Formats: sequence, structure tokens, C-alpha cells
Amino acid sequence: MKKIHVTTKVNGDEVEFLCPPEETLLDALRDRLGFSGAKEGCGTGDCGACSVTLNGRLVCSCLVLGAEAEGAEISTVEGLAHGGELHPLQQSFIDNAALQCGICTPGILVAAKALLERNPDPSDSEIRYWLAGNLCRCTGYDKIIKAVKIAAAEMRGETA
Amino acid sequence: MNKITREKGQFKVVGTRVKRPDGIDKVTGRAQYGADLVVPGMLTGAILRSPHAHATINSIDTSEALALPGVKAVVTRADFAALDDDEMIDIADNCLARDKVLYHGHAVAGVAAKDAQTARKALKLIKVDYTPLPHVTDVDAAMKPGAPVVQSGRQEENVQPEHSENVTGYCEFGHGDVEAGFAKADHIIERDFKTAAAHQGYIEPHACLASMTNDGKADLWCCTQGQFNVRSLCSAILDMEASQLRVTASEIGGGFGGKTTVFIEPVALALSRKSGRPVKIVMTRDEVFRATGPTVSSSSTVKIGMTKDGRITAAHAKFRYQGGAFPCATYSFGAQAAFAAYDLEAVKSEGWNALTNRPKEAAYRAPGAPMAIYAVESVVDELTQHFGLDPLEVRLKNAARENTKAAYGPTFDQIGLVATLEAAQKHPHYSAPLGENQGRGVSCGFWFNFGGNTCVTMNLNDDGTVGITEGNPDIGGSRASISMMAAEELGIPYSDVRTIIADTSSLGHNDVTDGSRVTFAVGLATIEAARDAIRKMCGRVAKIWGIDEDAVIWEDGYAKPSGPNAGDFEPMSIKEIAAISSNTGGPIAGHYEVNADGAGVSFGVHLADVEVDPETGYTQVIRYTVFQDAGKAVHPDYVEGQMQGGAVQGIGWALNEEYIYGEDGVLQNAGFLDYRVPVASDLPEIDTVILEIPNPGHPYGVRGVGETSIVPPLAALSNAVSRAAGVRLHELPMSPPKILKAITDRG
Ligand code: FES
Ligand code: FES
Repeated sequence: MKKIHVTTKVNGDEVEFLCPPEETLLDALRDRLGFSGAKEGCGTGDCGACSVTLNGRLVCSCLVLGAEAEGAEISTVEGLAHGGELHPLQQSFIDNAALQCGICTPGILVAAKALLERNPDPSDSEIRYWLAGNLCRCTGYDKIIKAVKIAAAEMRGETA
Repeated sequence: MNKITREKGQFKVVGTRVKRPDGIDKVTGRAQYGADLVVPGMLTGAILRSPHAHATINSIDTSEALALPGVKAVVTRADFAALDDDEMIDIADNCLARDKVLYHGHAVAGVAAKDAQTARKALKLIKVDYTPLPHVTDVDAAMKPGAPVVQSGRQEENVQPEHSENVTGYCEFGHGDVEAGFAKADHIIERDFKTAAAHQGYIEPHACLASMTNDGKADLWCCTQGQFNVRSLCSAILDMEASQLRVTASEIGGGFGGKTTVFIEPVALALSRKSGRPVKIVMTRDEVFRATGPTVSSSSTVKIGMTKDGRITAAHAKFRYQGGAFPCATYSFGAQAAFAAYDLEAVKSEGWNALTNRPKEAAYRAPGAPMAIYAVESVVDELTQHFGLDPLEVRLKNAARENTKAAYGPTFDQIGLVATLEAAQKHPHYSAPLGENQGRGVSCGFWFNFGGNTCVTMNLNDDGTVGITEGNPDIGGSRASISMMAAEELGIPYSDVRTIIADTSSLGHNDVTDGSRVTFAVGLATIEAARDAIRKMCGRVAKIWGIDEDAVIWEDGYAKPSGPNAGDFEPMSIKEIAAISSNTGGPIAGHYEVNADGAGVSFGVHLADVEVDPETGYTQVIRYTVFQDAGKAVHPDYVEGQMQGGAVQGIGWALNEEYIYGEDGVLQNAGFLDYRVPVASDLPEIDTVILEIPNPGHPYGVRGVGETSIVPPLAALSNAVSRAAGVRLHELPMSPPKILKAITDRG
């Protein structure tokens, strides 16, 4: 079958690619555009390692088709930092040891950023329920929840 | 031998919470994991897997697949070398089946094609003629005479004749007169237990990229816990010289023991050899569940006698493990670990391994110990309930200490169990009030820890900073810990050290990252490599000063005269020594090679509070505290991380996780939706208390901390449920229907 031509924006930059109709956005991002920050942990929408935002909405990119990205705006983990400056969530994850192997980290950072955009002051349990779709097998989540809280406080201009 | 050279209060870098060197790469998406590498000309590989739980392979016809445009190579077991070592044959047979498929999902053939779509299409064109055979997946059924035989001729001589041919191994540990011990007891409890197989559940599926050229040289990139082991296995299976195969470990997205062997790597190499192109294979999650190692499932019987004041008089346990279709030794780790926490006069611990039509077991964090200790800690707890005693008091009364002769043979050195139990007793968690339908459970945990073959190089850079080259993949922050120990020993800032993980062509052999060995053994070798470099630096300075080498000492990053008699010289910094090294004899490096022993066992105690919903049988963990002896916590954040992560894996195992097989021998829940690992909203905070009882086998007292933490949650939660709901389960996982049934049956 013929490939589909897609024009989209990733982290603010316009890009184009060709993909077969059944190809996922995750594969298009990783294999055609070189954004390998999003990871495939399951390919079935169960682990959140592939999380990106599509027009501001948090999605599992393994459940979205590449073709659906036409005319959209996509944000990935690669777009979190500005220049050399890390996003407060990224800095907080390093400062608070919220990653061990780090494979879940890109997805969790993207998801946590989407949370803080909607709710700048989430409670522990709001963070836990928001991140319930992002599996981490290493940390037991404890330090992840703390890191998100600390970053949120910093983004609100409070010093923890 | 006591190797401790630095104690509490003498550390400057060790024990602080520095930032890990790979942090920025990992939060920006830059870190390269197994599936992330791309090279020019790369093909996509895929694996054909068995649709049967057990079947004879009569023939494999690959001609149609090869004829498909875009297909560049197809390989089967015939493309591997002839092997003679049993263990190697098992590993190769697991990578590609030989004359039988032994479990559903067992690999049969590999394809390399121009893209994934073509590779998938080609798999459908491979014609395999099978004769299905009867299968068995349950351990007790597999041990019975007359059970379908998974592999014959694999039984060790000491296995009792009443068992089926599937029983491959038997072991026995213990001491004292068990029958006389039971006669002294005021009460004896004997119970049967079952635990389900759990998967390590690393979020990164196995992935590799192999590139072989027609002169026989090859490069292999893969996510593994041990690149040197991958090289040994692959070079044997492909009949290559080790020197011609360079294996590079990618960043690794979790392993927990499951990435200590090979699955797709030899297949990718064989495909690359045949196609003359680089070949990348990435497993799907379904393949990870069906064809990589979960841990064993178990059936056990534990009998313990106790006096009414809480002293254990005798204990006898029987552990029956199945580790899939190939022999494994995990049953023996379980039988050895079972009673480690107790000082017993009379104890006997037996273990059996049985073959079943399930995937080959792989190590999973403290392999074998959680299910054995679950059974023991459950019976100990039931006895404390019977006598109305305090569970921590009873454990303290029977606790193993320094000089205790362990049930598995050795006499313990300095250990931290009593300190850990006392810390749990004093912690506010232990006396906090509980509400309705809530209960508190306690369990001890133990792991042996390991040292092993290790080799480290320390290079002094020309500006006086330092590079450490080590050979163990960093799964949870070990590069930070290694840099910290180098900085500590050299007396320089942490930021002056950079640690890298070498490929197999850049350093001598290092054992796999397992047995919680890296911070201990690589740390020890790093400290010794630094000492080697220090000796050399002192030698250079002695030459400059014209004094004896031993008149120069090293302190806080400076070479100094050892005392007033040595002469009056201005101390020379590491930077000054580095700057003039080309005039004093050339570059300076330190090395150390060792097969490290003295790893020092690690004990932990967990406190778990649960609330059981009597309407649904659902268990919510509401408070959890981990107490563990780390010897010396090099980077406390990552020690806590190991304690928390292991605890949560154990919680998942206790409450949800299990391999579920149908009558057809097919795994029914090969995905994260149905094999449910804990998610953030399932859990409370996991509180941690690090104890530091120095390990005499390490210069800084370090013990491995990675594994012990998965052991206690199984019994801690079962004990908590028994107090919350008034029903004691003898089977894991304690899923809501099982708990509800127990509540209903009780009436
Ligand atoms: S890879 Fe998309 S949710 Fe797991
Ligand atoms: S840090 Fe390894 S999965 Fe989250």
C-alpha cells in the first residue's frame, strides 16, 4: 500500500514524513524522525513509556497512528528543556533520585508536565492517580511522587 | 579478614547525595537504550514462536519465506554451532528450539528483512511441521510419576526414585536432630504453600543490534546485565573467537536478574552473518512475557515447633520449584535462604526442581528466596498468633547473630539482623493505632549477596581528573557510587571523576551485574585501583624529592612527606603530579583485578499495614516501612531506591502478579493489562530506614542492597491480611477473589 505523507510539528518545529497507514505515531517519531526519547514498553497502551502530547492532550503514542499527526502539534521529552536549561521537573527528577534505570522517565516527565499544566498544586493522591498509567518497575514510585511535588512547588514560585 | 579502612565519620564523599552522571541524558531522552541504536543498512529481525506448549518439530521449511522480496536471511537451530556442554546447549535450545518446542512461545526460527512488515509477513510463510505432545505446567503435577516428560535424562543422581523424570535436582541443608527438637515444642504448625511465577517486568523489552562482517568480526549492542557473559555465550553458540566479538552494553531499562542471559542476541548475530547486514531485533511485550524468564513458581511445606515463650525448637521445610523447561538451581537458593534469619538448634531444609512446559526461568531479585522465606515467615507468624506473642519479640528471641551457625552451613560474621529488628520495634510505625479491617504484618528477609570476577582501571588524566573504566552495566545509579568511592579514596571532588562502562574489548572479564555485587565488588576494585595509582603517584613524587617511596604518603588528594624525618617538602597535588607525569615516567594508571569474596549477607525487616475490604476482598496497602542493613550506604538515595523498588515488586507478587496458564498450556495474561504490576495509585509512601552495620569484607563496609528488599513483602502482607481479615492464606497472589472466598468460607 502507498505511504501517507504527513506534515506535523514536533516540539515547535515543522517536520514531514512518509509512513504506511498502519504505522504508529511512536514508530514514526522514533524511526522516521529520530525522536527516540519516547520508548515502547508494551505497544498496547498499558505502560505509558511512549507518552507524548498531541495538541496538548496526553496520549500513548503507541495507540495513535502516524497519519493522525497531520497538522497537529506534538510535544515529546526532547522538547522539555529550553536551550541548556532543564525543565523544573527534569531537574527535580535528577535532584531527588526519581529514576533508576530511566526507561520510564521520558513518559513520566511528559505526563507530569501535562498534569501540572492542568493542576499546578496537585495532592499526592492526585499525582498518583494521574500517573497510574505510567509504569515504573524500579522505584516503587515514592521518589517520583516527591520529585513531582517539589517541581510543582518550584514552578508555583514557592521554595520547598 | 577485616578489610575495613574507613569508618563512620571518616567519609567526605561516600554517604552524600550527589547527582548521578547519567541524569541529564536520561531526563532529556538522550540516553541510548537497547532499541535506540540505528546504523546504516540495518535490517529488522523477527522471531517465529511455537504455537504449542510441547511438540516435536518434524521439519521446518523456510523456502517460501526466503522467496519473499525483501527477506534477506532465515535462521534455525541448525545455524548454531554444535555444542557439548549441557548448560550451553540449554541456552542455545532456548534461543532456537532444536528437535522439540518446550513451551508456548519457544523460539523456532529467525528472519531478517528490509522492514518490520516484511519480516512479520515472512514469519507466516515459514512452515513448521509439529507433532503435539502432552504438556505439564504445574510443579506438583510435573513431579508425579507418569507426568508428561519435558526433557529426559536430566535427573541428578541424588533425586529419590519416587519422582518423575522431570525432577532434575534435590538438595538438603541443615543441622541438629529435628525429631528431638519437635518433641520439645509446646506447639507445632505444618502448612502447605503455593506461590505463582512472577515476571521481572522490566519496562524495556529485550533489544539488540548485531553486525557481523565476512571476515568473522562482529559487534553486538544490547541491553544486558553483563556484556562479558553475552560475549561468552554468543561466541560459543556462533563458534567464534571471543576476541572477534565486541559486545557493548546499552543503557539498560531494568533487569532485576532477567537480563543475565541471551535470547535474541545469538539469533541476530546468525542473521547478520547470513545476510551480511546489521540486524536489529526488538522483542514485543508479549514475547517478553511468553519467552523470557519469569521466576519459579513454588509449592512448599513448612513445619515449625515453638515453646510457649516463643523459642523455635525445630524446623523442617520442603521446597518444590519449577523453573520451566530447563534445569535450574533456584530451588537450592531457596532451601538455603529459608531459615537464614534464625538461630536454630535443629533444622532441615530440602529442595527439588522440576521441569515443566514453561519458559526457562531467569534470575529475579534474590532468586529463590522470596517464596521460601514467605512460607517460613508465615508459619512463624501463625505460631506467634497461637501463643499471643509479639511478632518482633519472637523474631528477636530467635534471631541469627554474629557467630550463629546458619542453616545453610556457614557461621555468620558481623550481621545486621538484630539491629534491624530493634529499629523496627522502636519505629513509630510499629505502635501506630490501626482502624477497622486493618492489620499489621511483619517479615524478615535475607539475601546472600555476591562478589565475583571484577576488573577496574583508573586513568589519571593530564589535568589531574580521573577516569574509571569498569565493566558492569549501571541499572540504578552505580556509576555515581563508583565515582564516589574513587573520589573518596583519592581525596578529590566527585565532579573530578567520570566512570564509564567498557565494552568487552576494552577491559578484562567482569561477571554479570547480579547478586547485588556491583557497589560491593566493583567498588572494592575501584578503591584498590585508586590505591594502585596512589602508590605510583607517591613513587613519582619520591623520585622528584629524592627520598624513599615509603617516605611519601597520600592524604586528601596530595602526596606529602610521611613525617619530619622524610624531609621538608611542599605537598604535591594530584593535579601537579598529573601535569608533569610525562617527565616522571609517562602516564599514570591504576588497575585491580579480583575474584571478590566477603560480600557480606544482608538482612531486612518490613512492616506492612493493610486494609482488607470485607465486601470485595480487595487489599489496600496503607502504610509500609522498610528497614535494611546496607553496611555503608554509598549513595543513600539509591540505597533507598533499591529498598523501595524491591518492596513494591514484592507487594505486586503478594497481591496481583501471576503467570496464569490454561488447560492448553498457553499463558493467558501475557501483557501489562492482565499481568498487573503495581501502579502509583495502588501504593502508599514507602518509608525507609537504612541501618549501617559494616561488612568486614569491604574497605568501607559496603554490603549489596539490591535484592533483600523483595523478600519480606510476601509474608509481611500475608501476615497483615491474616490480622486485618482474620483469614490466613497459604497461596500467592492474594487476589481479591481468594481473600473473599476465605472470608466467606470462615463465615
Ligand atoms: S508503549 Fe505505549 S503504552 Fe506502553
Ligand atoms: S526507573 Fe526503571 S522503570 Fe522507572
